Amino acid sequence: MDYFLELFFSGLTRGSIYALIALGYTMVYGIIELINFAHGEIYMIGAFVGLTVAGVLTSFGFPATSIMVLASMAAIVYAAAYGYTLEKIAYRPLRSAPRLSPLISAIGMSIFLQNYVMLAQTSDFISFPSLTPEFAFLDKYSSTIGSSDFLIIVVAAVVMVLLTLFIKFTRMGKAMRATAQNRKMAMLVGVNVDQVISVTFIVGSSLAAVGGVLIASHIGQINFFIGFIAGIKAFTAAVLGGIGSVPGAMLGGLILGWTESFCTGYVSSDYEDVFAFALLVIILIFRPSGLLGKAPIQKV
Amino acid sequence: MLKLKNVNTFYGNIQALRNINIEVAKGEIITLIGANGAGKTTTLMTISGVVPPRTGEVIYDGEPIHKKSPDKIVKMGISQVPEGRLIFPDLTIMENLDMGAFLRNDSAGIKEDMDHAFELFPILYERRKQLGGNLSGGEQQMLAISRALMARPKLLLLDEPSLGLAPLIIRQIFEIVKKINKESGTTVFLVEQNANLALKTAHRGYVMENGEIILSDTSEKLLANEDVKKAYLGL
Repeated sequence: MDYFLELFFSGLTRGSIYALIALGYTMVYGIIELINFAHGEIYMIGAFVGLTVAGVLTSFGFPATSIMVLASMAAIVYAAAYGYTLEKIAYRPLRSAPRLSPLISAIGMSIFLQNYVMLAQTSDFISFPSLTPEFAFLDKYSSTIGSSDFLIIVVAAVVMVLLTLFIKFTRMGKAMRATAQNRKMAMLVGVNVDQVISVTFIVGSSLAAVGGVLIASHIGQINFFIGFIAGIKAFTAAVLGGIGSVPGAMLGGLILGWTESFCTGYVSSDYEDVFAFALLVIILIFRPSGLLGKAPIQKV
Repeated sequence: MLKLKNVNTFYGNIQALRNINIEVAKGEIITLIGANGAGKTTTLMTISGVVPPRTGEVIYDGEPIHKKSPDKIVKMGISQVPEGRLIFPDLTIMENLDMGAFLRNDSAGIKEDMDHAFELFPILYERRKQLGGNLSGGEQQMLAISRALMARPKLLLLDEPSLGLAPLIIRQIFEIVKKINKESGTTVFLVEQNANLALKTAHRGYVMENGEIILSDTSEKLLANEDVKKAYLGL
C-alpha cells in the first residue's frame, strides 16, 4: 500500500506539472486554433530565469523560501514577456494566412529559442538548487510524499483554481470564453480580440514558468532541451483531455502523470513513454476529440 | 448619421465592394437588397470595422470610423446582428445577453434592458438558463437581436434576419424591428434577400449587384420599379 501511495503521489506531482504546461497549449488552441509548439521553450526559459535569480539571491544569503517565491515571480514576468512577444512577432502577422503557416512559424520559434538558450547559456546540464522548504509535518510520511512533491501539488492546485475563477468570473475571462466560441461575434459585441489573444499567451506562459521553476527545483538540473520533452508530454496531455478544454488539460495532465508513474513502478521505467502514448492512441480511437473535448459542431 | 463615401473593400486581391455610397439618416429604416454574393454582408462588416475598407470613408455622427477597431465602433453605438446569428453556443441565453452588454458597466441598466428583451420575446425568458446552442433558428434570431440591443445601439445593423425561418416567425421579427425603430428611435440598416418584405419594412432602399449600388430610392418607388420587380420580387 505504501508503495502504491508513493507512486500515486509521484504521479500526481508529474501530472500537476504536465497540467500546468498543458493549460497553455489548450488555451491558445481554444482561442486561435494554433498548436503553439514553442510553448515548451517558454517553460524552459522560465526554468533558466528561475535558476539565474536563485543563483544571485543565494549569493546574497536570502532564505530558501523567499528565493523560491522571488525566482518564480521573475520567471513569470520573463516568460510572460516572451509569450507576449512570441505571439506578436511570430503569429499575429500570420493570423489570416493558411493554417499551416503559423504552425511552421511555431516550430521555427521552438528551434530558435532552444538554440538561443544553448548558445547564450550552455548545452550541458546545469544543477538547479533545491529551493523547497522542508515541511516538518510531512516527516511521518516521508516514504510516500516528499516536501517538493507536496509543494508542487499544492501550488499547481491553487494556480488551477485561480485560473478557473479568472475564466469564469472576470471580465477578461468572459471575453476569452466568447472569443473561443466565436471570434467574429466577440468582435461584434465589442471584445478587443487582439488584447484577449495577448492575455491568453501571457497567462499560458506564466503557468508554464511556474511549472518550470517548480520541477527544476524538484529534479535538480536543467538544460536547453527540457522544454522539448516536457512540451511533447504536455501537448499529449492536452490532446488526451480534449484540446481547447481547460478542465480537460488538467485531467489529461493528471492521467498522463499517473500512467507514467504506475508504469515505472510496476512494469519498467523503460516503458513509461510507451504506455503514455499507447493510452493516448486508445483514448483517441474511442473519443477522437479527447476526454472532455467537444465534437466540432456542424454549423447550419 | 452614417455615410459611406466611395468605399472599396477587398478580400486579398478580390474586390468585394466597388465605390459604395450610402447615406442613412437618424431614425430611418433603410434596406440593402441584392442577390447572394452581391456584397451586402461585406458592407455591414466594413461598417463594423471587421473588414476595413481599402479606400474610401465611413463617417458616423460626423466622425470617420473606417480606421477604428470593431470594439471602438460598438462603443460608439453601432451594433450588428450578423448573418447566421452567431449565438455563443456554450453560453446560456442570459450570458449571451450579458455579452451583448460587454462594454457597459451600469449593472442596473443592463438588468433593465434584459427585462425589456424578455418582454419583447417572452420565449427567451422561459429558456433563459438554456444554452444558446440548443435554441431553434427563430429563437436564436430573437436572441441575436436582443443581444445587439443590449449595447443600447443608436444604429442597428441587421444581416438577413429572415434567413432559414418560417414565414410566421419572419413576420413577427420584422414587426419587432419596426417597433424598435419607432419606440426607441433606433436607426436600422437592414440587409435582406427577401426584397419584398424588406422594402415593405424600410423607408428607403439600395439595390446592390456585384459589389456596386445600382439603384437607390424610396421603398414605394423601388417596389413599383419594373427592373426591381423582375429581378428581386419575382413578379
